[in-house]
Amino acid sequence: MKIRLTSVFVDDQAEAQRFYTEILGFVTKHDVPVGERDRWLTVVSPDEPGGTELLLEPAGHPAVKAYRDALVEDGIPLAQFAVDDVNAEYERLRGLGVHFTQEPLEMGPVTTAVFDDTCGNLIQIATEPR
Amino acid sequence: MLAYPVDVADDLFKALADPTRRTILDELAEKSGQTLFEICSRLSMKHQLAISRQAISQHLAVLEAAGLVETRREGRYKFHELNTAPLRRGFERWLGPDTSQPEESTP
Repeated sequence: MKIRLTSVFVDDQAEAQRFYTEILGFVTKHDVPVGERDRWLTVVSPDEPGGTELLLEPAGHPAVKAYRDALVEDGIPLAQFAVDDVNAEYERLRGLGVHFTQEPLEMGPVTTAVFDDTCGNLIQIATEPR
Repeated sequence: MLAYPVDVADDLFKALADPTRRTILDELAEKSGQTLFEICSRLSMKHQLAISRQAISQHLAVLEAAGLVETRREGRYKFHELNTAPLRRGFERWLGPDTSQPEESTP
């Protein structure tokens, strides 16, 4: 068994595609129309084109809002991405106007930070433990 | 001068009586304005405290009741901030009011 795909709910798929590719730097892997409006839209890291895909899933289900609002209020991220240097990535993203709810925090071997993906979610970035 | 109200003082000293709550105050003193998630991360990763999010929420409620922690809403997020005013008021009865005068120098 392998983890090939994971997902986050997004308010607007077009806006999410822009944020996840132009701001975060992922690349679109699949973009297939599904039904009338929705798309099967996935992105991958340019460093791992064959790696785990992130599905940017429409947040249309009525339960999604309550679920995400409660998590966002408490600052809880819905996904975690690995970066080489959290501080450098924090500066880069902040320069692009990204809003952080948690500044870089060094906790033993791991440094983390949390930002708003503008599509309804908080995302954590973390250095990989060496 | 009126004494500091007893029930308020009870809330203050009850809040301070627990080591986990004092650690939360330590972390908020280091950086005020943290989400619940950040407070949980700091307690588990920096202090190796095995404690549930629900328990931390309850500790924060006790600190809030004592006025030591205040919450601030900013858009969809909620941040916790340290308020040291109750500490000053609570200990003034023994320390006397802080007149912020420089101490007399010894000859």
